[in-house]
Amino acid sequence: MKEALELLERVSAHPEARCWFLAWSPGGGLLASCGGDRTVRVWGRDGPQWSCRAVLSDGHQRTVRRVAWSPCGNYLASASFDATTCIWKKQEDGFECITTLEGHENEVKSVAWAPSGTLLATCSRDKSVWVWEVDEEEEYECVSVLNSHTQDVKHVVWHPNQELLASASYDDTVKLYREEEDDWVCCATLEGHQSTVWSVAFDRSGERLASCSDDRTVRVWQSYRPGNQHGVACSSTDPTWKCICNLSGYHTRTIYDVAWCHLTGALATACGDDAIRVFEESTGPEPSFSLAAHVPRAHAQDVNCVAWSPTEPGLLASCGDDGDIAFWRYQRPEGC
Amino acid sequence: MVGPGQGGGQPLQNANPLIYRRSGERPVTAREEDDELPDIIDDREIFDLIRSINDPEHPLTLEELNVVEQVRVKVNDAESTVSVEFTPTIPHCSMATLIGLSIKVKLIRSLPERFKLDVHITPGTHVSEHAVNKQLADKERVAAALENSHLLEVVNQCLSARS
Repeated sequence: MKEALELLERVSAHPEARCWFLAWSPGGGLLASCGGDRTVRVWGRDGPQWSCRAVLSDGHQRTVRRVAWSPCGNYLASASFDATTCIWKKQEDGFECITTLEGHENEVKSVAWAPSGTLLATCSRDKSVWVWEVDEEEEYECVSVLNSHTQDVKHVVWHPNQELLASASYDDTVKLYREEEDDWVCCATLEGHQSTVWSVAFDRSGERLASCSDDRTVRVWQSYRPGNQHGVACSSTDPTWKCICNLSGYHTRTIYDVAWCHLTGALATACGDDAIRVFEESTGPEPSFSLAAHVPRAHAQDVNCVAWSPTEPGLLASCGDDGDIAFWRYQRPEGC
Repeated sequence: MVGPGQGGGQPLQNANPLIYRRSGERPVTAREEDDELPDIIDDREIFDLIRSINDPEHPLTLEELNVVEQVRVKVNDAESTVSVEFTPTIPHCSMATLIGLSIKVKLIRSLPERFKLDVHITPGTHVSEHAVNKQLADKERVAAALENSHLLEVVNQCLSARS
């Protein structure tokens, strides 16, 4: 089973520090990493080898927890424990910090660009989710502060083609938000996890959402529209999100990240037990997923992030507390 | 992460704690003196790392206050796991998170990186047991707390050798 995930290369990306997160550029040619050394690094490929193209070290005073590319690929946003989010613009020879978004009371945990590129979301330990609007002059304005969670908000992610935002929290829930008239509102709360939800990921269609948790499970949620043929009740005009699958018994510690490949449909997880696992949906009347690949010691310490290439099917990048980035080639095993 | 309210004019939360006798030095075995043989990390070695941590409130160690005990330390060297339960002296102790954080930091700094560290409150001994355990298990919050220079200073005081 191990051959399903083959190591291509390992890079010491943030030596002496934790590597927290990875983000592929929309075109798949660059990978951004961030970590406990307060830097963002941008990696590119020279033939088969990955090398560092830029080190963004003058933006943050503390850990950089997450980094995100704009849909056009010309901007990077970085979220830091220093309570700020930096916006970096790609130049001919590197990246320049063009603005710093302030407002959160303490650690910013995540940042994400909406598919249109005109909206940005951030979240923080201050329990809030902020939605920012970007205009053509590169000015950023906060348009909504959402205080729906009762604890630390760990992750925000946008729907792949709608202006629907999801957030994961230390309060054990996932929440969804949409714009209503002039403001943003929470339109769904997904309850079921028994502890902190660390990360969420939409599938390609956006009809499904996967969430991973400190409770060592991954849950898959399906959206049911009002009037659906499955008899799932909807209380209003909003879809109901129902848990259709609970992957338990596979992971032995906290699951820090989940990534849904939009090219192949494979679901990868990053776990505190140092392992990477890949799940595939099984065919059958009921939705179910089976373990297709498992690398027990993918990193020397906790794995923090898994990220599928947006352009190259089966290319997976991972990073961990060991400060390394690893690149993997995934092939769906036969009979799976 | 925690609000250290050490010293100053504040009344002590537990003014008269029970004080326990310190355990003796670890006896050195012939096997340990043989440089040819690998030494596995055992419960007593972990206990030795944490027993001299200073209580944030009293001029006493966690061992002297029975906050840590060797029987509540579990090590599995082969599987690289360490589990420590600690017992606050009173169930309302607001220092519980700070004590747990100090134990965790001491172990992070002392042990090889392969170890998975779990620090918990002894079940049934604190009113906020679940909340404190959840905070201590959240490595993101622990990492952020350790970037807070004020809090780091308080932790370092707990970990410093008493003069």
